[in-house]
Amino acid sequence: MTSNQYDAIIIGGGHNGLVAAAYLARAGRKVVVLERRHIVGGATITEEIIPGFKFTEFSYVVSLLRPEIIRDLELPKHGLKILPLPSTVTPMENGDYLAAWDDHDLTRREIYRHSPKDAEAYDEYARVMARMAKAIKPILSIIPPDPSSLHPKDLFGLLKLGKLAYEMSEKDLYGLAKLMTQSAGDMLDEWFETDALKGTKSASGIIGTFLGPRSPGTAYVLLHHYMGEIDGAFRAWGFSKGGTGGIAEAIASSARALGAEIRVNSTVKQVIVKNGRAVGVALENGDEIYAKAVLSSADPIVTFLKLVESKHLPDDLIRSIQSFRTRGSSGKVNIALSELPQFTALPDEPALYRGAASISPSIDYIERAYDDAKYGRFAKEPYIDMIFPSMIDPDMAPPGTHVMSCFVQYAPYDIEGGWDDAKREAFGETVISTIEKYAPNIRRAIIGKQVITPKDIENIAGITGGNIFHGELLLHQLFFFRPAPQWSNFRTPLRGYYLAGSGAHPGGGIMGAPGMLAAKEVLKDGMWKA
Amino acid sequence: MLQLRHTPFHERTSKLCQPQNWRRWAGYLVAGSYELTLDREYWAIRNAAALIDVTPLMKYIITGKDAARLLDRVVTRDIGKLKIGQVYYTGWCDDEGKMIDDGTVSRLDESTYRLTSADPNLRWLSMNAVGLEVRITEVTDNVAALSFQGPNSRLILNRVADNPVDGLKYFRLMQNKVDGIPVTISRTGYTGDLGFEIWMEAKDALPIWDVLMEAGADYGIAPVGILAMDMARVEAGLFMIEVDYTSASHAWIEPQKSSPFELGLDWTVALDKPGYFVGRRALEHEKKEGSAWKMVGLEVDWVEMEKLYAEAGLPPQIPGMAVRASLPVLVGNVQIGYASTSSWSPLLKKYIALAHLQKPYYEIGTDVRLEITVEHHRQHAPARVVKLPFYEPEWKKK
Ligand SMILES: Cc1cc2nc3c(=O)[nH]c(=O)nc-3n(C[C@H](O)[C@H](O)[C@H](O)COP(=O)(O)OP(=O)(O)OC[C@H]3O[C@@H](n4cnc5c(N)ncnc54)[C@H](O)[C@@H]3O)c2cc1C
Repeated sequence: MTSNQYDAIIIGGGHNGLVAAAYLARAGRKVVVLERRHIVGGATITEEIIPGFKFTEFSYVVSLLRPEIIRDLELPKHGLKILPLPSTVTPMENGDYLAAWDDHDLTRREIYRHSPKDAEAYDEYARVMARMAKAIKPILSIIPPDPSSLHPKDLFGLLKLGKLAYEMSEKDLYGLAKLMTQSAGDMLDEWFETDALKGTKSASGIIGTFLGPRSPGTAYVLLHHYMGEIDGAFRAWGFSKGGTGGIAEAIASSARALGAEIRVNSTVKQVIVKNGRAVGVALENGDEIYAKAVLSSADPIVTFLKLVESKHLPDDLIRSIQSFRTRGSSGKVNIALSELPQFTALPDEPALYRGAASISPSIDYIERAYDDAKYGRFAKEPYIDMIFPSMIDPDMAPPGTHVMSCFVQYAPYDIEGGWDDAKREAFGETVISTIEKYAPNIRRAIIGKQVITPKDIENIAGITGGNIFHGELLLHQLFFFRPAPQWSNFRTPLRGYYLAGSGAHPGGGIMGAPGMLAAKEVLKDGMWKA
Repeated sequence: MLQLRHTPFHERTSKLCQPQNWRRWAGYLVAGSYELTLDREYWAIRNAAALIDVTPLMKYIITGKDAARLLDRVVTRDIGKLKIGQVYYTGWCDDEGKMIDDGTVSRLDESTYRLTSADPNLRWLSMNAVGLEVRITEVTDNVAALSFQGPNSRLILNRVADNPVDGLKYFRLMQNKVDGIPVTISRTGYTGDLGFEIWMEAKDALPIWDVLMEAGADYGIAPVGILAMDMARVEAGLFMIEVDYTSASHAWIEPQKSSPFELGLDWTVALDKPGYFVGRRALEHEKKEGSAWKMVGLEVDWVEMEKLYAEAGLPPQIPGMAVRASLPVLVGNVQIGYASTSSWSPLLKKYIALAHLQKPYYEIGTDVRLEITVEHHRQHAPARVVKLPFYEPEWKKK
């Protein structure tokens, strides 16, 4: 028995790869995770870019991580703690602000301050969205059915997934059908009149897409984010202790405890194919490792177009993957601060800094930011979603100082003339000066910062095109279309080769579902018996 | 106006208590929670530092030549082995070996002890002190107490205490000073996390509160009420009098009473200690014969429970706090016990309960069913008997 023979190889040690490894090891399989970087986590990592200051480098909040994964893998025992993120505040251009709290009455009263009508609509909106999210939620844990038994063009056929139609009232069903085709902007206009409210809500419809809040299809993404579920109840987002790297570490620790082996600094160059079957991988360093099943948690482009020679895959799949939309549109600026930014619009309420702050004064503001990106420039006035991790988890920065995580949209991957150091610097500067308009002290508070462009996401995290979800969450890239028609059940035309990352159903975000579901399919196939 | 008693921290706590959800505790008022939702307070216990006003605990100073003899006679643990600076958690029983109360005994010096309890015990102590040279003084109102819990509590205490608390071991105490004010600090608590209890004269309460809140500001300190503490103590597998057991002195009927064995306190019953103590014979007998009941942990099968709600078209609806209501526990269709406190565990993402089960169902791993109410209908969610505590961080005793 050589040490390079396994039951399963997992390419990529992002959170999905680690989840897949843990589930396979839990089922008694001998597994190895091969990660190209020196650390595991992929897009869920925490690094001390500036000594003492922990940056939650890419992803920064969590809500979709499946509770059954947390329980099955005993992640709390391995250090996972998801801390509450109780509020979102939007400073407004007129010097006022809009806050949403984790308390219903507080939020209602706050919205009432801006619009009594919106305060009322807010309740109904929340109920409708929660009902739809609940109806859709089972889909996250199931494998898309064989599309050949459905008519893919028939939207109602799609809605039958997970007995949706059966569970929902006709009114909700029409609402859902509408939601799947509408723009976030149009939908929110139907409900609300307060610009800051609509702007902030529309933002969750465009995160990770190369679309604006007025583009059709973004309303659905809004729901996808609404599904964010904490504690098995329908709740908002949380912050994981130690940043999202804490999630990767907990899953890795659990996987190791279950017997999985994790190798870092191990870039896979190619999948080894014998007799039309994946039988192992060749590493960049020349090593070869063999297994009965090979799971790739890298993005679909890497998985299908880079790691496998095209002769092993059917043309239509290759064409589908080539047209899979992976255009990165987001960046990050992570900042070490000597003091918190003081937003002039905000009341002196420290609790607000334990939540998120959002630069999203209106839908038009975000749409304008998108306009810049459409023509190959980063937004002059971007949408920015900020959190202050050190206010939630004091271990993130030395006492008395702070870290701040800014998620920024839009910054196109295909920027005019390509990304370089000067453009990265200019992008960072734009973000700082945008924040400065609302919090004038920010500049003098900066101890150091890290600017991440979509190109950096590609280079560091290894995600082609820098799309945060391994491919946009668009209706035609979800469910049985993800990553390609006929191949949504984690298998590939190459026997023994599986997709287990965010490019698979049910998609991106820190969810773990693709990894878990892929592992379960591999176990069903029982490759090692053959 | 007639009023319940305020603790010496009230001037601070009353200004911080947003929901004004005051709870009664032994004739005092204490904050149920300080914020409108419990999340942050719960996580202060588990991830940062929680400052909890526990002044209402009954406190007695027992001193004199026979102080140890009195305590040894009353409680089930071997007080002869309690060293100066050490603390014992213990229960005490009536002559039938049924629990009257539980609390801590601290040995402050050669012949002085402090006993804490939930209920008044002065009469019981005095009755047992007949013929002994001992003085029992209740100091409940004179001594203010703060429970300071959470992984950052030690760090913060070190910033303000004259002497570092690093060397203070689990269930030990030390005399110390905070901001020049003398305090006793014990490495104890009711959360199952790293934590301390700080004992001070009532007149010093406010300055100590202020100093801690200030020193903890950069370490995530939060004032925490008893509702969040209640969730933490269930995770820690710690029970509460009149919720999880009925004091033998309050019980109407025999079955309401519990022995320490039935509550899982076997480790506190020192049958090997010399001489007589209250309840000894009954406890020896029970030890030999085995207990009819046992308090255990229950973990509800979330996925199965979710299905019960889904059948009614609902997402799971579990209160985000500890619930002190008795819920029947079944095997097949026969009730074999009851859960006395159930709680959502935000850390474990599990619905857990402290349950009292009959022999032989209290064995670890037994599959049972817990009653839940789904849309006004009685349902039974599958659950499993597990070892207590549900959660114990490695730093609790380190
Ligand atoms: C800037 C940014 C912000 C985000 N914010 C959030 C957020 O706040 N909340 C949220 O839920 N989601 C967020 N996301 C999305 C989320 O982080 C990702 O969808 C998710 O982490 C992807 O996980 P994964 O395991 O599928 O893939 P990845 O994390 O991308 O992991 C894939 C791994 O494969 C490795 N790999 C690639 N090729 C090879 C090879 N040839 N050999 C070996 N290893 C290889 C990579 O190094 C990487 O570690 C964000 C993403 C980004 C980029």
